[in-house]
Amino acid sequence: MKLIMAIIKPFKLDDVREALGAIGVEGMTVSEVKGYGRQKGQTEIYRGAEYQVKFVPKVRLDIAVDDDIADRVVETIRDTANTDKIGDGKIFVLDLASAMRIRTGESGNEAL
Amino acid sequence: MLRRLIAFRSVLLASGLAVLTPTLALAQDGGVNGANTAWILTATALVLFMTLPGLALFYGGLVRSNNVLSVLMHCFAIACLVSVLWLVAGYSIAFGSGGALNQWWGGLDKAMLAGVGMDTTSGDLPESVFFMFQMTFAIITPALIVGAYPERIKFGAVLLFTALWLLLVYAPVTHWVWGGGWLADRNVMDFAGGLVVHATAGTAAIVLALALGARKGFPGDVSPPHNPGMTMIGAAMLWVGWYGFNGGSALAADGAAGMAITVTHISAATAALTWMLVEWIKLGKPSLIGTVTGAIAGLATITPASGFIGPVGALAYGIVAGIVCYIAVQLIKQKLKIDDSLDVFAVHGVGGILGTLLAALFASPALGGFGYGEGMTMTSQFTVQVIGVVSVVAYTAIVSLIIIKVTQAVAGLRSSEEEETMGLDLSEHGERGYSL
Repeated sequence: MKLIMAIIKPFKLDDVREALGAIGVEGMTVSEVKGYGRQKGQTEIYRGAEYQVKFVPKVRLDIAVDDDIADRVVETIRDTANTDKIGDGKIFVLDLASAMRIRTGESGNEAL
Repeated sequence: MLRRLIAFRSVLLASGLAVLTPTLALAQDGGVNGANTAWILTATALVLFMTLPGLALFYGGLVRSNNVLSVLMHCFAIACLVSVLWLVAGYSIAFGSGGALNQWWGGLDKAMLAGVGMDTTSGDLPESVFFMFQMTFAIITPALIVGAYPERIKFGAVLLFTALWLLLVYAPVTHWVWGGGWLADRNVMDFAGGLVVHATAGTAAIVLALALGARKGFPGDVSPPHNPGMTMIGAAMLWVGWYGFNGGSALAADGAAGMAITVTHISAATAALTWMLVEWIKLGKPSLIGTVTGAIAGLATITPASGFIGPVGALAYGIVAGIVCYIAVQLIKQKLKIDDSLDVFAVHGVGGILGTLLAALFASPALGGFGYGEGMTMTSQFTVQVIGVVSVVAYTAIVSLIIIKVTQAVAGLRSSEEEETMGLDLSEHGERGYSL
């Protein structure tokens, strides 16, 4: 099992959710997060004064999937969330040691 | 304002001698005019609405999210404190008759509204109505200064500074200009408070900002306004309330009030568009905060002139206000690096002073204005306006500085760095604006 953690631009969330649903992803956790990468924040101007916004709002997806489809999930996110502009985000893939569905007690792939 | 009132009453009295109708009989000396009273009662509510909640929201949106409550609290507490002090002594100092010292202050004869009952009049208004109308001006003036010191001042300092400033700066200056003092004697033109309200508040703001020091991280590393939408709501309330501020300063329900509201509105709209265009051209985007700030600049600038100039003059006022106040903001924040955080001096001080000086020009009938007082010309009026500006600004700066020193010694001025980082909402008031 893999845990796929993707940081994407907020406006791409709906597209990514739809594309992942289409390839069989059954669930995900979504958080509103802030951070910076090479984009190094952005500038806002109020009454002529520049303000450095050091942390830019992003959306983080946490998706636990079977090893079989992990690569397809990563590719789908990459294709859907890509705008070819700086600040598109990152995708991390982690090995997942175990999983359990709380209601039934099922574990491993059964729980995903 | 007083000059207008006297002129207005002499016209009424003259016509009252010719035709004795019940309406005119009511307007005779000592009588109360119902129509005028109704309008000033309404205007009183409008001007209070400018501070509560208009100005509070306007400022609240401009600070960090962990200081929003402290700014709302400043405005609300100042409104309460000033109301009490206005009864105790403020009104008397501003509008009493100071006897031998009447040039300088109104004395304490009317402290606690001594001698004022339901039948007491001020002009053709009940004196209680005049007292309340003027109280709302006394409330908004120190509340404007809140914009100089948010995010870093101790709450006790806000209260002590406001109390002393109301009695030692606002009330005497009001007496000079509107209460029959030395500037009124010289026919200074200040219809609704360019000198009394905006120049005093702006000057005190910049002195206080200098004494207090900049916010942590200023100018490069301070947080942007946390809620521009709240700022727009507050600015819109200020605009509506300004009808009462300038229209009510006619002290009558008449053509002067109607024309005051007309020029007020035109100036606000024009200045908003001007500021928006300046930003669009210079910075690439027309911002909401810039546009509503422009409207406030237009309103502050037209205030001293609103009873004296015509609608086309108001258009010119709006354009000049939008450009000059925009430049003033850049100059004070970027060049001089003074953290008058919400631009009180650049918008209100500069606007009020500019409007007071330009009034001498645009009151000319040749420029669509309604003329000067008896024996005054454009040149002599301009000289008086300059004397008014210089004396009010100098007096306000000096006395404000003394009050700041006293406040610092008694209550302390600035919160600690830790409190500032935490935000005043929690550190001063133990509350949170947003629980997310």
